Amino acid sequence: MAHEEIDKVTGVSTTGHEWDGIRELNNPLPRWWLWVFYATIVFAVGYVFVYPAVPLVSSYSKGLLGHSQRASALAETEAGQAARAEVGQQLASASLEEIKNDPKMLEFAMAQGRAAFGDNCAPCHGSGATGSKGYPNLQDDDWLWGGTLADIEHTITVGVRSTSEDTRMNDMPRFGADGLLDAKQIRNVAGYVLSLSGSSIDGADVEAGKEIFAENCTSCHGEDAKGSHELGAPNLTDKVWLYGGDEDSVIYTITHAHRGVMPTWGGKLDPVTIKSLAIYVHDLGGGT
Amino acid sequence: MSLMQKHVVFERNSIVLLIGILIVVAIGGLVEIVPLFYLKSTIETVTGMRPYSPLELAGRNIFIREGCYLCHSQMIRPMRDEIERYGHFSLAAESQYDHPFQWGSKRTGPDLARVGGKYSDDWHVAHLIDPRSVVPASVMPPYAFLKDAPLKGDRIAEDMKALRLEGVPYTDEDIANAVADLKAQVNPDGDAEEVIARYPKAVVRDFDGNPNKLSEMDALVAYLQMLGTLVDFSTYDDKANLR
Repeated sequence: MAHEEIDKVTGVSTTGHEWDGIRELNNPLPRWWLWVFYATIVFAVGYVFVYPAVPLVSSYSKGLLGHSQRASALAETEAGQAARAEVGQQLASASLEEIKNDPKMLEFAMAQGRAAFGDNCAPCHGSGATGSKGYPNLQDDDWLWGGTLADIEHTITVGVRSTSEDTRMNDMPRFGADGLLDAKQIRNVAGYVLSLSGSSIDGADVEAGKEIFAENCTSCHGEDAKGSHELGAPNLTDKVWLYGGDEDSVIYTITHAHRGVMPTWGGKLDPVTIKSLAIYVHDLGGGT
Repeated sequence: MSLMQKHVVFERNSIVLLIGILIVVAIGGLVEIVPLFYLKSTIETVTGMRPYSPLELAGRNIFIREGCYLCHSQMIRPMRDEIERYGHFSLAAESQYDHPFQWGSKRTGPDLARVGGKYSDDWHVAHLIDPRSVVPASVMPPYAFLKDAPLKGDRIAEDMKALRLEGVPYTDEDIANAVADLKAQVNPDGDAEEVIARYPKAVVRDFDGNPNKLSEMDALVAYLQMLGTLVDFSTYDDKANLR
């Protein structure tokens, strides 16, 4: 260096940069820093040989350890399943009633069911399973497709109006939108339906509504209007309403009908998880 | 000047430093990136993958336009906790027709790589209109305007042509029928056989709950409902595709 200068005070050479008479000292890097830097280079070279690192002509360097992120993730997942396997396999072969009556299996199923519910069911049915408009409350004793363990398991597996071939399915006619009943008739039948649970609508002829109900509604909802679990027809005599039980909501439902969808979980969740979910949901508000 | 002092040449001369950086980065790119374009093992062999149908593609464009990727990833990583929550880890094959890919890098909301079929259309519509109506703790902004915004689907063939330049195997027939296919996929009462023939597993439904209107909501929900549903994992060989 042509401009090698030594600072008189410290005895260290300067870089030659000068600002208003202040010169920059050319101190060496701290030794510890330099050695760490060299160590990272050595580590990187080792890493290239030990782990998968470099893409080659037809494949990539696999590394001396043969590490694979996918393999280790699958192995960890399998290990997790194995840890659950002892009771899990009992669950797989046990009937729902047997699980319900065996404290050990029940505890396992409830824990697994609660976790699976939070991941998969809570977005619609709510984290407390109390549902909301269009999404049934699972805490009460009112079941559209049946509240037994087997019914619940089947509903979870195939869904409602889902993409499964075996899906639970019904189609309430759109009495108003498709012109099957006129507005006056709908008002009357809505008045009759609400009268069953002790409410009323102004200006509705309940007797006329009863006749319309007998002609149009009983095949699914039954003559006593208590619905049918086989057909998924709701009980109209209680005060539980999926789409609202006020005057406007009931009239809207009769006019346009609702076709709520529950996805099929048969292909997504394994049978043991579905069993656990059935146990968990049945425990919330299941019937017999 | 000893060998250990040579770095002074780079530090004192910005052009030399610039050229040095270019050379180092070029070597890195050549060694680590270029082979991915010819290595056959990069993309797994799977059955079921197909390019997006015109309606799904329109929905994907809305997904990108609204910046959904800023809060939602579409990348289930190969880790046990993610596999247990979201399902099988994402495959390269599943985003082979994505230009640009939507892997994302941040999850304020959940991963969406396999959200297809997990919720009902009604749920998606209610959730997009007002997220807190179905998920009380959500911080997602509402996208209610999508239901009123008419879907401008007449340019979708241009999108498909552009994607074809990127290597997505749309045929001339696909592109010629793009607009008709887009409309047929939201009309469950019409004849959708051709859409399903061209795009197997395409779901034909009125997605937004309003059969009288082809809205941006239709397209976005159609896209969300197909995410992660294409690959047939019953024929997928995990052991053959370890990386």
